[in-house]
This record gives sequence, structure tokens and C-alpha cells, in this order.
Amino acid sequence: MEHKTFDAIVIGGGAAGLTAGIYLARAKSKAVILDTGTIGGQLVLTHEVANYPGVESTSGYQLASTMKKQAKTFGCEIKSNLSITGINLGGELKEVIVNDKLIYQAKTLIIATGGRSRMLQVPGESQLKGRGISYCATCDGDFFQDKEIFVVGGGNSALEEAVSLTKYASKVTIIHQFDHFQAFEHAIEEAKNNPKIDFILESKITEFLGTDKLESIRYKNLRTGEVFHRPIDGVFIFIGYEANTDMFHGSELKLNQWNEVEADELMKTNIDGVFVAGDNRAKKYRQITTAVADGTIAALSALDYIHNH
Amino acid sequence: MVLPTNLKHVATAAEHAEVLKNHTNVMICCGRMGPMCLPVYDIMEELQDEYTHVEFRDMMFDSPEAAVIRNHPACRSFMGLPFTVYYKNGELVAATSSIQNRDQITTILDKEFGA
Repeated sequence: MEHKTFDAIVIGGGAAGLTAGIYLARAKSKAVILDTGTIGGQLVLTHEVANYPGVESTSGYQLASTMKKQAKTFGCEIKSNLSITGINLGGELKEVIVNDKLIYQAKTLIIATGGRSRMLQVPGESQLKGRGISYCATCDGDFFQDKEIFVVGGGNSALEEAVSLTKYASKVTIIHQFDHFQAFEHAIEEAKNNPKIDFILESKITEFLGTDKLESIRYKNLRTGEVFHRPIDGVFIFIGYEANTDMFHGSELKLNQWNEVEADELMKTNIDGVFVAGDNRAKKYRQITTAVADGTIAALSALDYIHNH
Repeated sequence: MVLPTNLKHVATAAEHAEVLKNHTNVMICCGRMGPMCLPVYDIMEELQDEYTHVEFRDMMFDSPEAAVIRNHPACRSFMGLPFTVYYKNGELVAATSSIQNRDQITTILDKEFGA
């Protein structure tokens, strides 16, 4: 297999990884960002960013594009849409194997693999994605003009997107597994005051049904166990995020019960020379600004490690 | 009306017909500049060097001219952007709705157009 050697490898090209790349490359460190998807991560999924200090309003795509350009300008290599087929975290040189034919090696590794939208993982979901099941109200809302839809979830995204979907749908039903919502009070109020929105609490969808497109769902009341069948045109799912750490399962990297990487305030993991940054780190708040802060600290810690080893 | 991507575009129904006439294997992603569409454009851009026997194009979903894709029978049940269509010898051989990852796209390309 072909080998490529760097000072630092960053896995993940979202806000945290790109920031790490900017800091590493600007410090004249030979760095590469490897991503299994699109550069920008969840950032490109954000239509408007209005709370990033110093930038009045921009799109996530634009902000990610600027970060990518900055990292490249400073000399950071960026590779996207890769298939990572192996990782060796132990040893003096960390290794990332790509497509079973190329080994990237470096003294330090920064794990910035971010998070992904949770799927319900119930029968019919994969088959009917884009055929009545959606994860983006802004993208697909207008396909549901005057139709009845469900929104799954109880956080800010679910309640805010439910309200926005009332622009199109004739009726929106929010279904949530708990007896209360986790969203901010103002989001709950806005949803409750909307005459087009209904609520089904303590319940969850157990099956999506349809051949060519979504036709109906089955959902279960979690308190009584009763199962209902209901014809429906569409379902939008907003049930939060999970850490992208599947590739580290079974490795010596210490993860918590939610599969998030544990680290100290300098972003050091339990493995020497391995750092973490961004939404895959065990922490409470996940914002673009916190990802950027993580990426900065992880890069500076990695640079310190390189100088001392 | 074309999308601000780095891909080659299809702007009109006439151009759509012209592309199908002049190329054996064609993949067209019909979408907007939203979060479900951008990753597909990005993957197509990267695959252009690898799949030189395939013509990669995009088309603006909201253009009236895109009815040629939006109203195709294979897309009748689609309710998620982007609509991605694959043509061989001018015939639609595969179509997907909503975001797709690299593996899902290359699986179709390999199956329909050969690796």
C-alpha cells in the first residue's frame, strides 16, 4: 500500500476539522483533512447562520466554503468523500487507511468526525426516504402543500420546523415520545398557539407503510401500549444528532455511553497524540462556535505534541 | 436559469434532449442549493475524473424547463430534493429522491453504466 506522511491528520471536515486545519497549516505544520462525506459537515445543512460573531448573516454553505478556502490557502490538504477502511491509533505514528490502498500516517491525529441526524430506525424508513419521509423542512416543505403531515421530535428543531411547515401543510401533528418537550419555552408556545398544529405525546412511530410512496404509519402509545394505524402524506423527522464515532467502536479510544469521545480541556483523549474536536466530543453545548473553539484547542495541543515528540 | 455549482448545467428542455442525444451515459441532479442537494453536487464533481464515460450535469429544479425531469413518470412519487436521474442511450434507467451518499451513487453508476 502507498504511504503518505504528515505532521497531523484531521478526520472530519466540518467546522471543528476545518478550524484545526487552518491552525495547523498556518503554523507550517504539514496537515491533511480526511472526510468521508462533504466538506463542511453539518454546517452546510444550516440555511442561515445569524449568531456567528463577526458575521451578520450568512449561509452554512458559505461559511464552510470560506473556512475550506482559508485552510487550503494556508497549505492544508483536504480530501472528501473518502472511504476510511482502517485506523490504527496506537504507536508513534497514527495511521488512517483509505480505500484499502492508501495509508495516511502522522504523529498526531485529531478526531473531528462530528455528528449526524438520527433516523428512527423503524421498518420502511430507508425505503420511503424522499417519498414522503423527509429530514429537511426547508428543502421538501413545498411538496406537502395542503397535505397532512407528522413531525417527529420534541426539541427546538422539531417544534420550529413544525411551525414553518404550517405554511404548506393543511395540518401538522407533532408526535413525541415523552410527556413534555425539550424545546425552549418560546418554541413550545409558538407551536401550541398555531391552530394547524396538533400533538400526540408519549407515542412513537413504529412503522412506515407504502409501496411507491408513504401512505400510512403505525404508531404506539408508550404508556398504554395501544397501536394506531393512520393514513398520512408525509413525515418529517427531527430527533437530534448522534456522534459519528462508529469507526472507533472496538478500538482503545475511550467513548462514553452515548459513543462520544471523552477528552480533557486540552482536547486530549486517553490515547497519546490523539485529540478530539467538535460535536463528537462528550460535552453539553454543540454550536458552530463551540466546534471552532474545540478545533483551535485541539490544533494547538497537537502542535505542542509535535514539538515535544 | 442555472445553478451556481461547478458542474456543467442543463438549462432548457431542448438542452436536456441534446445532452441525451450526444452522450450514452448521463447523470443529472435536479435540485436547489439546499442541504440535501449540495452533497450530491459535490460527489458528482469528484466523480467526474473517475467516471469519464459518464456525463454529469445539474439542472435547476424551479426552472419551468425542469418539468422534463420533475414530471417524468419515474419521479411521480418523489417528495424530496434533489431528483437525480440516470439515462442510458436516452432512456431513463434509474432515479432517486433526496440526498444520496457516494456509495449509493457509485452503485447505480456501476450497475447502469459499468465501472
